[in-house]
Amino acid sequence: MSPSTAPTLSYDYKVVRQFSIMAVVWAVVGMLVGVLLATQLIWPDLTYGIPWLSYARLRPLHTNAVIFAFGGSALFGTSYYVVQRTCATSLFLPRLASFTFWGWQFVIVSAVATLPLGITSGKEYAELEWPIDLLIAVVWISYAVVFFGTIARRRVQHIYVANWFYGAFILTIALLHVVNSLEIPVSLTKSYSIYPGAIDAMVQWWYGHNAVGFFLTAGFLGMMYYFVPKQAERPVYSYRLSVVHFWALIGIYMWAGPHHLHYTAVPDWAQTLGMVFSIMLWAPSWGGMINGIMTLSGAWEKLRTDPIIRFMIVAMSFYGMSTFEGPMMAIKAVNALSHDTDWTIGHVHSGALGWVAMITFGSLYHLIPRLYGKKRMHSVAAINVHFWLATIGVVFYISSMWIAGVMQGLMWRAVNNDGTLTYTFIEALKATYPYYFGRLIGGVIYFAGAVLMAWNVWKTVAGAQPVSDAVLEPVSAHAAHSARTA
Amino acid sequence: MSSGWSLYVTLITVVFMGAACWLVWWQRKGPPGNVGAGESMGHDFDGIQELNNPLPRWWLGTFVGAVIFAAVYLVLYPGLGAYPGLLGWSSRGEYDGEIKDVEAKYGPLYDRYGAMAIPDLLAEEPALRIGERIFANNCSRCHGADARGGVGFPNLTDGDWLFGGEPDVIETTILGGRIGMMPAFAPAIGGEAGIPAVVAYVRSLSGNSGDPQLIEQGKAKFASVCFACHGADGKGNKILGAPNLTDDIWLFGGTPDDVAYGLRNGRRSQMPAHADLLDKRKVHLAAAYVYSLSHGLSEESEHARGAVSPAHPDADKEHDEQRKSR
Repeated sequence: MSPSTAPTLSYDYKVVRQFSIMAVVWAVVGMLVGVLLATQLIWPDLTYGIPWLSYARLRPLHTNAVIFAFGGSALFGTSYYVVQRTCATSLFLPRLASFTFWGWQFVIVSAVATLPLGITSGKEYAELEWPIDLLIAVVWISYAVVFFGTIARRRVQHIYVANWFYGAFILTIALLHVVNSLEIPVSLTKSYSIYPGAIDAMVQWWYGHNAVGFFLTAGFLGMMYYFVPKQAERPVYSYRLSVVHFWALIGIYMWAGPHHLHYTAVPDWAQTLGMVFSIMLWAPSWGGMINGIMTLSGAWEKLRTDPIIRFMIVAMSFYGMSTFEGPMMAIKAVNALSHDTDWTIGHVHSGALGWVAMITFGSLYHLIPRLYGKKRMHSVAAINVHFWLATIGVVFYISSMWIAGVMQGLMWRAVNNDGTLTYTFIEALKATYPYYFGRLIGGVIYFAGAVLMAWNVWKTVAGAQPVSDAVLEPVSAHAAHSARTA
Repeated sequence: MSSGWSLYVTLITVVFMGAACWLVWWQRKGPPGNVGAGESMGHDFDGIQELNNPLPRWWLGTFVGAVIFAAVYLVLYPGLGAYPGLLGWSSRGEYDGEIKDVEAKYGPLYDRYGAMAIPDLLAEEPALRIGERIFANNCSRCHGADARGGVGFPNLTDGDWLFGGEPDVIETTILGGRIGMMPAFAPAIGGEAGIPAVVAYVRSLSGNSGDPQLIEQGKAKFASVCFACHGADGKGNKILGAPNLTDDIWLFGGTPDDVAYGLRNGRRSQMPAHADLLDKRKVHLAAAYVYSLSHGLSEESEHARGAVSPAHPDADKEHDEQRKSR
């Protein structure tokens, strides 16, 4: 098909714009709730007597807002952009894509309404009640139809690695959500899991850990595989590494859930498998980091001038750090110390603030000007300030939690020479108190960066120009190959 | 685990670990075709090219090393279905072993203290120290780190006892728990209108002033209803756990409103049973510590206890204020 006779295809940018803007909005909202929670841990009486502002109700609101509202909107938006661009085609069923936007936002608004009211199924990271669960399933299946339908009508021979990761993320989340959310409704606002006891715990952490593995890892690796080479203007370092680490990552991640249930009623064999597969997961995780960092390796000079590249390299460094820390914490002997301490909170935030949010900020700073016909964001200097706020904020946060967590673990297990425990729980809590300030300071700094980003996005969108959205003709494989090797 | 499930778990584990090794083997030479190392694969996705660089050797080493570690671990420890592992380790076995070690190490000490009468233990500083730590880790959540209690939770240092403060009674209380129950008595004392009189009388028993006429009315009502548990003289009944109303010590607060609330709605409180939670010898030592709080500790030992868990300097003041405000 020659370009002159081809019907004019245009990229579907509207839904990408909607999701990108909402990702920024939900980042600010979700992180604000996080800051409030960190404050409540220092001054527990802060919102005393207001039930819908109590810690127990806001905590799931925070996790749902940052993971599913901020992270989810960012993944929807970037995946719709990337799949069109790398398949050289427009979206399959654009009206269904539009439905996924409004459906997903409705899910989020429902979460914002129900969680503070105390309506919850009580399953971590899956707190939303059954009517919302059903809506999530419908939206998610629609998402899969749009995404895979677009891949099916691609005009290039191969499927780009970013789409492998986005695809794995979409398929797996559908499976995890449906299986983990099987529940028996007793009223419109209350349901009970169909799984009993230890099986429920096992299903819950199979879901919980793979929400981390596929939502917060595979999805964002898809983002990395497109936006890092684009921003650096460099080829992806190793196709072979992509193949090996993709299959190893998705094959092994599924097994790691029981490491959340060490030393519990879950059978020993399941705990052991959770541990050894977590250790095997270390190298496949690092494969993505190596591929990303080595892709940047020919463009180091850009680190001096391009704050977007800085966001990306720091994101990949935190990804490497937390995917080393995770397998280490999955080792039973280490877990015996770290479990239930603030070390876990530190680990999660090193992944969430350091990797997930930073790669998203970098990608959105690349994406948003292109969606609004601009060469760059309104203020590149503000991107740089955001970068430093985010980096300093996350370091404050996680170092406070690491120290606090290891200290708690050591205090809880300290024994006197008469066999009694050396410290009471309250004594360990008192010792932790100063580190809660460290966390709050880190969180406020990180949040300030997100607010700065929202301002920068606002100013960029305000100066929007018409966008050329005609689909680019795919470069033939042969031509590209000769051009490269000539 | 049935042998079918065991086989299934073993099989998929081995298949997945084998697949990981095969994946590395498959890609070690690179993709089929004649793309040289470091050259472009010839793909172009929206301007993005992909190079054919080999897998970093150190990275391959960590991956293969982790798979080998996992294989060795699964031979030594339970993981492959019902196979117990060469070392015969189990989490149950590890727990039982730790308990055995602890018993071997500390058992004789606890046996010795467990056999001593509580009044004799008051002279054994190390025994009280153990009792204090047991108290701190189990009892302080309700009774407070300083054992002075709070609203609804008795102060254990003031020599006033709901169910009795003899050593064996304290031990019985810890082992079996207690339930305190004051029924809502407003209907029996003339409804809402009768409450102020009984409140005035009850408070007057502890020396609080009030309208003499109300007190007189209240006295009559008390003598017909409340006396059944609290006694004609208001000094309570330890068999029922009915508080002494004449000592100005108030479990739920002594203001007119607090007392009226109790008459109107009743009061319930519960001390949980610890027989299934704590070793009997530990309960004995905790009881000794509780007993010591109101029974003639020497100044030296009082000082020694302070060194272990320094009391909050304002604790007394705060405590008193809290009581008064209720």
